[in-house]
Amino acid sequence: MSTINLRELARKGPKLLPGHRHCSGCGVPVAVKLVLAAIDEPVVVVTATGCLQVATTIFPYTSWHVPWIHNAFENASATAAGIEAAFKALKKRGALGGGKIHVVVFGGDGGTYDIGFQSLSGAIERGHDFLYILYDNEAYMNTGIQRSGGTPFGAWTTTSPVGKLIPGKPQHKKPIADIIVAHRAPYVATATPAHWADLIMKVKKALSIEGPKFIHVLTPCPRGWRYDSSLSMEVCRLAVDTCYFPLWEHEKGIWRLTDRSLAIFKDPKLKKPVREFLRVQERFRHLLMPGNEGLIKEFQDYVDSVWSELVKRVQASN
Amino acid sequence: MASYLTRALNGDEAVAFAVKQCNVDVVSAYPITPQTIIVERISEYVANGEVHTEYVNVESEHSALSVCIGASAAGARVFTATSSQGLALMWELLYIASGLRLPIVMAVVNRALSAPINIHCDHGDSIGARDAGWIQFYVENPQEAYDTIIQAFKIAEDHSVLLPVMVNLDGFFVSHTLEPVKVLPDEVVSNYVGFRSNVKVYVPYLGKEVHAVLDGITPISLGIIALSDYYYEFKMKVIKAMESAKEVIKKVNDEFKELSGRSYGDGLITQYGVEDADVVLVAMGSAAGTIRYVARELRRKGLKVGALKLRCFRPFPTDELIKTLRGVKAVGIMDRALTSGGYGGPLFMEFRSLFYDLDEGPEMINYIYGIGGRDLRPSDVVNIYHELLDVAKGREVSKVKYIGVRM
Repeated sequence: MSTINLRELARKGPKLLPGHRHCSGCGVPVAVKLVLAAIDEPVVVVTATGCLQVATTIFPYTSWHVPWIHNAFENASATAAGIEAAFKALKKRGALGGGKIHVVVFGGDGGTYDIGFQSLSGAIERGHDFLYILYDNEAYMNTGIQRSGGTPFGAWTTTSPVGKLIPGKPQHKKPIADIIVAHRAPYVATATPAHWADLIMKVKKALSIEGPKFIHVLTPCPRGWRYDSSLSMEVCRLAVDTCYFPLWEHEKGIWRLTDRSLAIFKDPKLKKPVREFLRVQERFRHLLMPGNEGLIKEFQDYVDSVWSELVKRVQASN
Repeated sequence: MASYLTRALNGDEAVAFAVKQCNVDVVSAYPITPQTIIVERISEYVANGEVHTEYVNVESEHSALSVCIGASAAGARVFTATSSQGLALMWELLYIASGLRLPIVMAVVNRALSAPINIHCDHGDSIGARDAGWIQFYVENPQEAYDTIIQAFKIAEDHSVLLPVMVNLDGFFVSHTLEPVKVLPDEVVSNYVGFRSNVKVYVPYLGKEVHAVLDGITPISLGIIALSDYYYEFKMKVIKAMESAKEVIKKVNDEFKELSGRSYGDGLITQYGVEDADVVLVAMGSAAGTIRYVARELRRKGLKVGALKLRCFRPFPTDELIKTLRGVKAVGIMDRALTSGGYGGPLFMEFRSLFYDLDEGPEMINYIYGIGGRDLRPSDVVNIYHELLDVAKGREVSKVKYIGVRM
C-alpha cells in the first residue's frame, strides 16, 4: 500500500461539497470527505436516513458530487445490494462497461446497530461487494439525542436520562465490529477522522478486496456529547488514547492494531485512564460526581477487558 | 399475430414464465405462501442459466423491495413478488418506490392479513396499499396473470408513467389453479418489452440532460429530503403520472391484442351483458369469472343482468365506469376486503362517491364476500342478482351486506 500524499489529496475536488447543514464541529462530514478522498474509481454512495442524509440533501440543494441515493432508515445495505446486483446484470447484458464501480454505504449508529442490523447482516451473509461505513455518533442525534445500541454505558441521552434511580444508559455498547467479524466478512476495521491517514489507508485497502467490507468510524457529536465544537478531533484522540475506541483491522483471520493503538500496544504506558475521555463530555458529567466512583470503575473495567481481549487476538494472529 | 404454445400453468407459474421472457435484470424476493411458486420457478430459470437475471435471495420482504429500489435506481428492470404479511412489511417502501418514480413490477398473490393467521385469499393486503402510488391490476385467471405481467413492464417503464405496478392474483384460486395458458414465443415477448430504457432529465446544476440512474459517474441525488416548500409538488407529480397511466394502459392493451389476439376490454374494465342490463355486478379478481358465469346463465333465462370486471383499480377508471354504468338501475359492488367502522367496503365507497353527482345514478348495494378465502358459490351470486333485480324494481334493502359469514 502506497503512502498518502497530503498535497495531492488536498488538490482533489471534494465529493461532499460545502454548504451542507451539519452542525459546527460535527465529526460526520470530516469522516465522509476522508472516505471519499480515498476513492479514485467510479462510486455510488448509499446513505441511511439520519443526520448525514438530511443535512446534505435539503431540496433543491445537494452536497453530493457523486451518484447518491437514500432509500429508508433500515435498508441501506439492501439498497446497496440491489445496486450491486443491477451492475452485475447490466454488465452481463452489455449495457454497462466492465470497469469497477464501488458501492459505499454510510449508516449512522441507529441505522447500523439497531434498525438496519438485519439488512446489514443479510447483505454480508450474501457476500455483496460493497463497503459499509458506520458513522457512529453514539445516539439518535438526528431526532435529538436518544440512546441507541451504540450509546456507551452511563451516557446521558434524552431517553437514557440521569434520574434518581437510573444513572444514564445501563448497558454497554454493542460490539458491532466484532459481530461483523463473526460474519466472516473479508475486511473489518475501526477508524476515526482524527487519525485521517489510518482511515484513508483502511478505505483504500477495503476497496481493493472483493465482498462485504465494514469500517466502524467514531464521529463525535458536540451537541449530543456536550463538549465545545472545537474539540471534536481531540475527543477522537482521547477515545483512542484511552483504548475506549481502539484502532484495528481484521483481514483473513489476522487481527492488527494500527496507528496510535499499535503504539499503545507496543508501549502500554501510553494508555490513558478512561476518565480523560469522559471528563471532556458533559454527557458523562454525573459519572464524575462524588459517590459514582463505582460507575467509573465499571466503565474502566469494561474498557480494560475489551482492550486485553483485543490484544490477545492480535498476539494470537502473529 | 404471433404463434403460441399452450402450456399447463398455474397462476404463479404463469407469472414466473412471463418474468422469464421479459429481460428482467434483477429479481429479489422472499418466500411466502401462496406466492412461493413464483420465486421457486424464477430461481430455477436462474440456476439453469435460462436468463441473465441476478436473483437476490434476501432475508425479508423489506429487504426484497429495498433491493428492487436500489437496482431500479441503477437502471435495471426489476421484479418482485409477495403476499399479505410480506406486503405489509414492505409498506414504507411502497411509497418510496413510487416517490422515486421507479418502474418496479410486483406480483401480489392476494392473501388475508393476520390475525388470525390465514393463507387464503382476500384483497385486504393490496387494497390497503391503495394510496401508495402503485398502479394496481387484479387478474382473473393464469392467462391474464401471464399477459398482465408482460404488459406491466411496458406500462411501468413508459416515460409518461414511471410508476411501480402491482399485478394482483387471488391466492390459490388463481395462484394454484392449473389451467391451459397460451404463451408467446420468447423472442416475441423479448422484442415487445425490449430492455429498460432510462429517462433523461435536465439537471440544472450540471447544465445538461443526464440519465436519471446511478451509474457511478453522474452526480445525481435520489431520495432527498423535501419539506413543506417542495414535498407537495413531488407528490402531485405522482398524481399526474397516475392520470397519464390510463391512456398508456389502453394503448398497451391494444398493442397486446395485435401481438397475442387477446385483450381485456379497454384495458381498465371488461364487461359482459352490460349494454342492455337492468342490474350489473362489479368484481375484481377470480370472482369476476364467477359473476360472468352466473350472468350468462341468468341471461339465458331472459333476465337482464350484466357483469363488470374492474381490472385496473389504480388508476380508478372514473370516466369509463360512469359511461358504462350510468343507465343501469342497480349495481352490486363486490368487495373482497374489509374496512371496519366505515360505510361499506373500499370499492363500494369509491363507486358511490363516483356516482354521487349523477342526477339519476344507479342504486348501489355492497356485497362483502370471500374474506380469508371463504368460497363465493354461484348460488350466492344467483341470489345477489335476484336481490338486485328487486332493488331495480324499487325494493328497499340494506346497503351493505356481508355474504357467506356466520353472524
